[in-house]
Amino acid sequence: MGWFLLPFDNLLCIVLGISFTVGFSSLLVIVVPAVLGVSIGIRRLYMKSLLKVFEWATVRMERGAKEKNQHLYKPYSNGIIAKELSSLEQEIQELRASGTTLSSEPEFEMADIMYFCRRGVESIVDDEVTKRFSAQELESWNLLTRSNFNARHISLRLSVLWGLGLFIRYSFLLPLRVTLAASGIGLLVVLTTIVGFIPSGWLRTYLSEKIHLMSYRICVRSLTAIITYHNSENKPKNGGICVANHTTPIDVIILANDGCYSMVGQIHGGLIGVVQRAMVKSSPHIWFERSEVKDRHLVAERLSNHVADKTKHPILIFPEGTCINNTSVMMFKKGSFEIGCTVYPVAIKYDPRFGDAFWNSSKFGMVNYLLRMMSSWAIVCSVWYLPPMSREEGEDAVQFANRVKAAIATQGGLVDLLWDGGLKRGKVKNTFKEEQQKLYSKVLVIKCQRSPTHCLGEALDQRIYWIGSLKVISITMNYSDTISIAMNYSETM
Amino acid sequence: MGSRASTLLREEEIEEIKKETGFSHSQITRLYSRFTSLDKGENGTLSREDFQRIPELAINPLGDRIINAFFPEGEDQVNFRGFMRTLAHFRPIEDNEKNKDPIASEPLNSRSNKLLFAFRLYDLDRDDKISRDELLQVLRMMVGVNISDEQLGSIADRTIQEADQNGDNSISFNEFIKVGNFLIFCIFGNMNYYLT
Repeated sequence: MGWFLLPFDNLLCIVLGISFTVGFSSLLVIVVPAVLGVSIGIRRLYMKSLLKVFEWATVRMERGAKEKNQHLYKPYSNGIIAKELSSLEQEIQELRASGTTLSSEPEFEMADIMYFCRRGVESIVDDEVTKRFSAQELESWNLLTRSNFNARHISLRLSVLWGLGLFIRYSFLLPLRVTLAASGIGLLVVLTTIVGFIPSGWLRTYLSEKIHLMSYRICVRSLTAIITYHNSENKPKNGGICVANHTTPIDVIILANDGCYSMVGQIHGGLIGVVQRAMVKSSPHIWFERSEVKDRHLVAERLSNHVADKTKHPILIFPEGTCINNTSVMMFKKGSFEIGCTVYPVAIKYDPRFGDAFWNSSKFGMVNYLLRMMSSWAIVCSVWYLPPMSREEGEDAVQFANRVKAAIATQGGLVDLLWDGGLKRGKVKNTFKEEQQKLYSKVLVIKCQRSPTHCLGEALDQRIYWIGSLKVISITMNYSDTISIAMNYSETM
Repeated sequence: MGSRASTLLREEEIEEIKKETGFSHSQITRLYSRFTSLDKGENGTLSREDFQRIPELAINPLGDRIINAFFPEGEDQVNFRGFMRTLAHFRPIEDNEKNKDPIASEPLNSRSNKLLFAFRLYDLDRDDKISRDELLQVLRMMVGVNISDEQLGSIADRTIQEADQNGDNSISFNEFIKVGNFLIFCIFGNMNYYLT
């Protein structure tokens, strides 16, 4: 029986030999530049060739659809319907103006429900919030099943290409990446623990920085992340806070690849906990126990203390509090903006054509997510360092947070929303509905004895200007409506 | 996930919905993708909770009534056909839509169907009359706690007085058409779609 198995044995040996050689040499080619901090340019070449393949695939699908005389499903990035963005006040006045009421006193009209009705149905067809919590739809297909909407139109050639892509991704890229990631994390843990034994001083700080940067470089290569950093002159400096929009936990690796930051977070158990505890031995990160997270004063105190010490690295915070799908920026929590130091905003924008980086935590666990990341083609993103900002005179934390958010949104080409990212899991607060009800009841009852801000609840921003004898008050509410109320001055006084 | 969008909706179904509602092919596939993204339970139907997960709808004072309009009598789930049928009320009226079939029923987005939709928002018990209580309920939903019971009551009384013609102290559909400027419903009952 031995002679029967011999050829297979040989074959097996040969296959194993080849795969080990290929694997080891690719590891070397990737790890050595990472350790030294140089880049050969393999990843960019890879990216360009992939793009060409994707374009070809889309053209084939369109041709296939045309032959069968069917429609290709195309996503529309600007929504399904054209929404009217006028305010409640304006629309109700329009309703009244085109009506046939003889009395000049605004009263209830049965048609008033149409305003709310139309708004309601519009939000059912297309709303600004729920679509931010699922992966973005792509214009062209990138040979991943997970982003394909036109499965019927795939020809034989495309299927072969897809199969080849699948093979490459899972049997070559995935094991390579997992090995790299493991070595990167392993190195981080071991080396930071060793450096932790060196007494505090310039040597320790210097070594710690080098080790962190090296490990993050290896991790970046393990994800095949192709990152472009813009405006590096604005890179965060010691004694400041760096804020960025949050799409995925990988954001941390992407930013830490280019500079040293102090991380803030809750301490976990398991593997992540081990990494966290090792990291804090060589450089001062801020980890909180689970019980301490709720105590806002404690959090603020620790952050302030860290920021006051100019030898410590800038703190990295994601004020949205949750992962958003990189098409918009949602409400920033005001905690980090109350501390009163310089804020360095950073905008991160991922290119979804190569692999969608968004972590849909309600759909995928962490391990599942990492597997998906490592079996995509690549993670391509751009990072913009924005000029530092500080809180101005007369600005409170919320206004400052909104200003920073607007800057990040403009730079990254994202939609600036006032909605809370917590709506991913939680219900919206009733106060918003009550604001709408207050607005409408103001229309019904002309004379409002109390002052405008009192009537309307929490106003974020209020500007008053005059048109003749009319006092116009423009108020930005804490939902995405800016309303203007023109009131006759003599009536309010 | 959107990947099921064009695979689960068969061509025949699309044609039927097209005939019934007047939406175009691409509008129907796009709205089906929206339907599946709202359907968290992934069972092909939407429940009231699925609608309430939309924050902009949850803060709408008439949100619950609008959600109600999607569900047929006494049912708790709405399928894609029902969803489209209700949305069809909000298509713009096309005056040059010539019905080739004279026996065919009125299109869902006709003037009277739009008005009937609005009437049903008030008439919760479907007895074809808007009673004083039903009117008060809707008023209360729209103003919240900002207007007193007496004031609200007098607004309701005044509205019924103006509209009521046969003296039964409630508003029937015919009286409703006359008092509400029905042009408003037609202008405001339209949603303009980006794609055709």
